[in-house]
Amino acid sequence: MNAHVKPATELSRRSLLKAGAGLVLGVYVARSGIAFAEDAPAAKSVNIVPNTFLVIGKDDTVTVLCKHIEFGQGPFTGMATLVAEELDADWAQMRADHAPSNPVLYKNLLFGVQGTGGSSAISNSYEQMRKVGAAAREMLVAVAADEWKVPAGEITVEKGVIKHASGKQSGFGAFAEKAMQLPVPANPKLKDPSEFKLIGKEGAVKRLDTIAKSNGTAEYTLDIHDPGTLTVLVARSPRFGGKVASFDASAAKAVPGVFDIKEVPNGVAVYAEGFWPAKTARDLLKISWDDSKAEKRGTDQLLNEFRALSKTSGALVKQEGDVEAEIAKGGRLIETEFVFPYLAHAPMEPINAFIHWKGDTASARYGSQFPTPDHAVIAQVLGLDISKVELKTILAGGSFGRRAQQSTHVAMELAQAAKAIGPGRPIKLVWTREDDMRAGYYRPFGVHRMRGVVRDGKIVAWADTIVGQSIMKGSPFEAMTFKDGLDSTAYEGSNDIPYAVPNFRCDLHQVDVGVPVLWWRSVGHTHTGYAVEAFVDQLLEAAGQDPVEGRLAMMADKPRHAGVLKAVAELANWKGAKVEAGRARGVAVVESFNTFVAQVVELSMGADGPVVHKVWCAVDCGVAVNPDIIRAQMEGGIGFALGHILYAQQTLDGGVPVSGNFNTYRSLRINEMPEVEVVVVPSTEKPSGVGEPGVPPLGPAVANAMAKLGLPRPTQLPIRPGDTA
Amino acid sequence: MAAFTLKINGREHQIDVDPNTPLLWAIRDNVGLTGTKYGCGVAQCGACTVHLDGQTLRSCSLPVSAVGKSEVTTIEGLNSKEGGAVQKAWAALDVPQCGYCQSGQIMSATALLELNPKPSDQDIDLAMNGNLCRCATYVRIRAAIHAAAKSLEG
Ligand code: FES
Ligand code: FES
Repeated sequence: MNAHVKPATELSRRSLLKAGAGLVLGVYVARSGIAFAEDAPAAKSVNIVPNTFLVIGKDDTVTVLCKHIEFGQGPFTGMATLVAEELDADWAQMRADHAPSNPVLYKNLLFGVQGTGGSSAISNSYEQMRKVGAAAREMLVAVAADEWKVPAGEITVEKGVIKHASGKQSGFGAFAEKAMQLPVPANPKLKDPSEFKLIGKEGAVKRLDTIAKSNGTAEYTLDIHDPGTLTVLVARSPRFGGKVASFDASAAKAVPGVFDIKEVPNGVAVYAEGFWPAKTARDLLKISWDDSKAEKRGTDQLLNEFRALSKTSGALVKQEGDVEAEIAKGGRLIETEFVFPYLAHAPMEPINAFIHWKGDTASARYGSQFPTPDHAVIAQVLGLDISKVELKTILAGGSFGRRAQQSTHVAMELAQAAKAIGPGRPIKLVWTREDDMRAGYYRPFGVHRMRGVVRDGKIVAWADTIVGQSIMKGSPFEAMTFKDGLDSTAYEGSNDIPYAVPNFRCDLHQVDVGVPVLWWRSVGHTHTGYAVEAFVDQLLEAAGQDPVEGRLAMMADKPRHAGVLKAVAELANWKGAKVEAGRARGVAVVESFNTFVAQVVELSMGADGPVVHKVWCAVDCGVAVNPDIIRAQMEGGIGFALGHILYAQQTLDGGVPVSGNFNTYRSLRINEMPEVEVVVVPSTEKPSGVGEPGVPPLGPAVANAMAKLGLPRPTQLPIRPGDTA
Repeated sequence: MAAFTLKINGREHQIDVDPNTPLLWAIRDNVGLTGTKYGCGVAQCGACTVHLDGQTLRSCSLPVSAVGKSEVTTIEGLNSKEGGAVQKAWAALDVPQCGYCQSGQIMSATALLELNPKPSDQDIDLAMNGNLCRCATYVRIRAAIHAAAKSLEG
């Protein structure tokens, strides 16, 4: 392959040919500087033609094309670590960028389409990316052997340098072109973990995206200003399911800078030269809405309905023994109702997306978390063959699940807005914070009614009736997540508690509400983790048992749960610590996405509610690839969880979402962030994710610490609902 | 519409906009500097923090017509020794996650160190609690500010 730029079609054909042979590697000479060099002066996204996972530049840079979106959880660094390890690259030569949309090459091995979610980035790429690195290494060594006329077995690779005892040495770039001509080894030899130099090593790598994110050069969708770009704001129905009845745009049209105003399926779209004219004009639209099919219930009404349902049995999820018979036998019956609010994800960068429809072709660029369905829907709305549509994922300012849109509603709105004014001008669809907060796609509202029986110091019966909305119903993931007509993400964590209780029942009322809901950082565990862990603590207290010892006694066949629980107890010195007067500690342990996390919280009560001083955290995520990123995700997960447990809820008044911004949807601030200490439990299990699992244990650990101070465990979240900024 | 001259990062920019346009959108959409972010538009999140004559300002909440002759500094123009120390500390501790709030965090942290070279935890709380981080990178923000302060001592 030559160093000059090849047309896109040729490159993609070549790499597809290679991929078609069952291979996951392409090596070609980079056509230009690629983002996210530690030393890159300006990290602007560069569109890369569909290639595979690896680009070796003539300048020795090694760029990993990451099939997972980078929105803070660290896949750029993670994927590059896996490749660099097997390639024996020097960390300083590593780069990363997003792979373009191509489900054949870049599907998530967990879902079969390209997408990020379920804390799956590392777990589903661990072997795949190591093989990419190992294959490239073998190919480079083969070229060196040929050039130097020495046996391949005598060649070593260390920190990006290919060497032979004769004194010959070279970087990767010089051999990249020739390596490209070789067949890709299908089963390259992988290192034994004892040989790892980067994976799991403290301080071996630094995040690849830090510099660009510290000097303002990292490019997000909101930053796209391609020449001629119009900013689009859409006025949407205040109620879910409302439609435009009629509208008057005369005042809005008169705003200088407004280019056009069109009705779109979701509402009325304003196209303008920049955000401010678009916003000013949108505020001047006079729209009357047809609410005949809209959801008009408020959260108070939903609560009454859910509460009534929770007092009856739902569809059976799991049963062991006979809970009712055990209750009839006597003992202490404890019943607790937990109420969970709707929660917005409110990523720091609100939803947005960019597209340039040129007529015969279109190219879109934004933080798409599920490129495959997004790509298809854009092509469909514009009436183009998918091969004529490009979709490039770029950095996103957080997600917490929000950008993984199984409904493809943002891609659809983007394409519909483009379609409404026709091809020509690029458009950037921008949502304001209020749009983002009031648009739904919330963590579902729900109720858990728990009943438990304690007899002779033991928990002998446990029942959990859940009332909630299905996240997956009607989505492409329904088939994968539904069991017996029920959405398993509505009860995950409640049906498989880690505690051996002889009589057990979990049932679910799956309720339809006209409010769009979505997975929210740790999905079902956001509520099941709280219900289970606050309730088990309550029962153990009634049984007169220590929260740690009592849990461990019921976890005989749950070694990894027990492992993190013991680890956190040791880290926090649970037994021996002298806790300051006025303070107390609580504990919780939750497994989610095959990662096990236990946390101990120490808090005191301030004038307005709990003040969390410190959190100790133990995590077992199998082989720890990047220990510092794991710690960062635990710290962040803890802060994210704490803010929501204390303050956050979206209420609906007659179907209209009330909170529109951070003044009422309060977020954790730095002065409220506890000190955090994390221990990563050593493990040789398959690596599992860390983006979500730090979240679930924090809430119940707070509740359990409050109980230690003699207060009731909060049963309706958030703990401080009236608190605004 | 009206013409304004904005002095940003030492350079003058002529723009012609609605006088009510928030400085944030003038900086982003008219001047074309995109390091300063939009997060809330109502002075609640700090993503839009810039320096106005050396003081932190939520640029989403100041109309362009009120800027006058004041000098605006954005993340792109951050070149004080405190700013450099903050950015170095951010890198050393890998502070950013999604990164979207971090321009604002760095602008606030720099202004703090310019005023107070050795801030206590409480000083940090006061100076930084207007900057939300939804990724909750607060543990590292605090540690990095202390590290930057330390690096400026010697
Ligand atoms: S955008 Fe200005 S404070 Fe949030
Ligand atoms: S790093 Fe994501 S909001 Fe702060």
